[in-house]
Amino acid sequence: MRPVFRKLSAMLSVTLLLILTGCSNEKYLVLDPKGPIASAQKDLILITVAICTAIAIPVFIITAVIVWRYRERPNSKASYKPNWEHSTKLELTWWGIPIIAIIILAIVTVNYTYKLEPSTAIQSDKEPIEIQVTSLDWKWLFTYPEQGVATINYVQMPVDTPVRFKLTSDMAMNSFWIPSLGGQLYTMSGMAMTLHLLADEEGSYYGSGANFTGEHFAQMTFTANVTSQEEFDAWVEDVKATEAALTEEDVVKLKEKGTHEVAQFSSFPDNVFYDIMMQYVEEGEKGAHAHHVTTSEDAEASEHQHH
Amino acid sequence: MFETIKEFASEFFVTGDPMILGAQVSIALAMVAIVFVLTYFKKWRWLWSEWLTSVDHKKIGIMYIICSILMLFRGGVDALLMRVQLAAPELEFLHADHYNQIFTTHGVIMILFMAMPLMFGLFNIIVPLQIGARDVAFPFLNSFSFWMFFAGAMLFNLSFVIGGSPDAGWLAYPPLSELTGSPGVGQDFYIWGIQISGVGSLASGINFVVTILKMRAPGMKLMKMPMFSWSVLASSVTIMFAFPILTVTLFLLFLDRYVGAHFFTVDAGGNPMMYLNLIWMWGHPEVYIVVLPAFGIFSEVVATFSKKKIFGYKSMVFALMSISFFSFFTWAHHFFTMGSGANVNAFFAVTTMIIAIPTGVKVFNWLFTMYRGKLSFPTPMMWAVAFIPCFVVGGMTGVMLSVAPADFQFHNSYFLIAHFHQVLIGGVVFGYFAGLYYWWPKMFGFKLHEGLGKWAFWFWNIGFYVCFMPQYALGLMGMTRRFNEYNFDMGWQPLNVVSTIGAFLMGIAFIFQVWQIAHSIRFMKKENTGDNWGQGRTLEWSIPSPAPFYNFARTPKVVAQDDWWEKQQRRERGEADPAEVIAADNAPLEPIHMPKNSGIPIIMSGFWFIAGFGFVWDWTWMVVLGLVGVAVSMLARSFNYNDDYYVQVDEIERIEAAAARGAN
Repeated sequence: MRPVFRKLSAMLSVTLLLILTGCSNEKYLVLDPKGPIASAQKDLILITVAICTAIAIPVFIITAVIVWRYRERPNSKASYKPNWEHSTKLELTWWGIPIIAIIILAIVTVNYTYKLEPSTAIQSDKEPIEIQVTSLDWKWLFTYPEQGVATINYVQMPVDTPVRFKLTSDMAMNSFWIPSLGGQLYTMSGMAMTLHLLADEEGSYYGSGANFTGEHFAQMTFTANVTSQEEFDAWVEDVKATEAALTEEDVVKLKEKGTHEVAQFSSFPDNVFYDIMMQYVEEGEKGAHAHHVTTSEDAEASEHQHH
Repeated sequence: MFETIKEFASEFFVTGDPMILGAQVSIALAMVAIVFVLTYFKKWRWLWSEWLTSVDHKKIGIMYIICSILMLFRGGVDALLMRVQLAAPELEFLHADHYNQIFTTHGVIMILFMAMPLMFGLFNIIVPLQIGARDVAFPFLNSFSFWMFFAGAMLFNLSFVIGGSPDAGWLAYPPLSELTGSPGVGQDFYIWGIQISGVGSLASGINFVVTILKMRAPGMKLMKMPMFSWSVLASSVTIMFAFPILTVTLFLLFLDRYVGAHFFTVDAGGNPMMYLNLIWMWGHPEVYIVVLPAFGIFSEVVATFSKKKIFGYKSMVFALMSISFFSFFTWAHHFFTMGSGANVNAFFAVTTMIIAIPTGVKVFNWLFTMYRGKLSFPTPMMWAVAFIPCFVVGGMTGVMLSVAPADFQFHNSYFLIAHFHQVLIGGVVFGYFAGLYYWWPKMFGFKLHEGLGKWAFWFWNIGFYVCFMPQYALGLMGMTRRFNEYNFDMGWQPLNVVSTIGAFLMGIAFIFQVWQIAHSIRFMKKENTGDNWGQGRTLEWSIPSPAPFYNFARTPKVVAQDDWWEKQQRRERGEADPAEVIAADNAPLEPIHMPKNSGIPIIMSGFWFIAGFGFVWDWTWMVVLGLVGVAVSMLARSFNYNDDYYVQVDEIERIEAAAARGAN
């Protein structure tokens, strides 16, 4: 089954691109993956396109033929059977066709759903690094607990290294999406969601907040800069050496409604991510989703359960 | 004193925007003009006694349709404004807040105040005629439903010029829709506009379930019922189960905003995710509520213009009912990306795909209804045939979206936008247009001009593909919905320009339709024969067009699935009708029991409007006034025993004779 799909999807990807683009592939971020997650999602998209077209094209042809052949005209040779209304054989056929197609698609989907579950770590020789992502009205704050630096409206990450994004939101629900690297996940107040992504090619990729959060939501785009490990380390050193620290007062300002320039900081207040995440949860209370992780230790623990 | 008035007015009215000022002025002028015309031609009494207080399902249906066409205009203008804004990167045409209001009202209006009333309009006009009934089961409630819809729609639309429109998206996700995210009154207009009209929708749903189950003509077994009536039953049952969820959800949101509850807030233990679940438990069935009747219309139209029985009747019925059932088990596919885990996503992905099975079967059955038929292509049939490929593509992209892990890349992008417009326009709108063109002569006694209709058809169809096909591509390019602007570097502009052109083509199509209606009212020949297309199959074609207010002079006796068509066939073959049909056709006329018109529905809904407006502005005196008015109207209704009368035999004879003369 698999190789057939591969072939079909390869063929279809070519036709799809020819139809859709007529120009360069690069603009189609979803179809031009730069990492294993986006790549698997693209495969899946092409498989579904293949299954769907396999049914749709015959339906189009049948429609055209029937409409043409049975149109009312003088001396029509087409048969006319006004009371022909049932045929068990035919009806079983077209209950059967979609049922089989859906069973195939369901098997593929369920399989991929578990494989691409965003909280599942990506297989790699390298240890994953953690980047904490906070959506605020209307800017993105990225904090790098292992490096101790912070950025606004861009994220810096090394190539070929799995990144464990921890996602939360200060207020309204947003969605963290870097199409070239993989699908999106909601950022929600009161919980830390986990999204694993990996970039296998260096470059600057477009990212956006995909869920509407009010007035200047369109300004919540960001860049994901993927560089070599050396360049990433140099960048960290540079930020630490030249930039100011993100202070508690800065964080208070960030929470105010408004847009923000691209920025970077040499350090950030301890636990700023968890403080924002837990800000509405009163002591002793479990919070909105008790089963979602609440501290970084819990995060580690739950991480291990997935393996 | 002057200062306080000025301050109040600047908060009450939306000020400072030339476009809205223009709207305010034109609304005021239009109102003055309407009042003037009605007074000048002394039409107030006629309007009140013939229309506003009418409990006649056909008149209520026509009022629904008029409203929905007006709302289509409003929602369409919203759409064009959005498309203009997106035609160039970083355009300064609409400000972000303005853009957000426009996409919010576009969504709400198109679904709740355009599609729903157009649907209820067709339900009202056709269902009783099709099942051989004299009216719906609860005519007073029916009028009340319409006026509640009207009050809700007006309240919602009023926010454009008074107080400011809602701007938190058409489903108003919290915490954005809570006081913290939307402190203005726009969101309250949203809650009360939808809440009030939602009560009307729920009552209509109940009304049609009862009408279909209890009021069918003798002999019309459920399995002999026309397919449109089946689809109405499926849709109405879905309404009965889905709309209470909407009412409760919005009520909880109202409590959050009005009395400071914490159901969906981020703090104090509230949970916004619960709202997403609840709203989509209504929202997903809602799209099937509007599309199922369109399926029913296609079944009628395709069978009629193929001169052939619907193929696979039992399969069609089973498919309708199973779609309505499964529609309640797919809601979480609207937020696969919430991270509920693989188990939940896998479940909802599979349930969503299952819906494709009965839907696919319906498409095959329509195709094989045409197979071995004699196809003619007047405008209703053109819409039906155009629907098939369009809906197949829309359904396929729907299946693509249901693949949960792939949806992580489609979600909230223009791919999704293109998909749901394709099923809602290609399915629902095309379907309702087919129905409107098909049953228009039944409503008014003349057909719509075919030539202009064809122009409208081609503009709609070409415009649709030009507008929405590029949006699939834009989605794959990473363009997110609800962006009011985008960066030039993304390379999104060319396709956005194409899409905007398509939107304007559809705008031109709408103008053709308005022209078509105006032209046809003026010039089209009256044809009072009951069977305007000459090949009708079901009971509505057996009585004069437009139908007399009591519909059927004698209750028909049904013996076949396509009863009217079979009767004509017997006549052509020179066969006699079965004895019971002859008996029913020749039965002596009897006085007909009819409901009396009532002003209570419009008055009571007016009080609901006042109460809603009071809630929006938090003016307790007004809320009390409104609710007291509602209670008094209810009491007045319960103590009114003089609500029915009999149409006498001589009047029936006179009307029937006039109709027969008109037919010759």
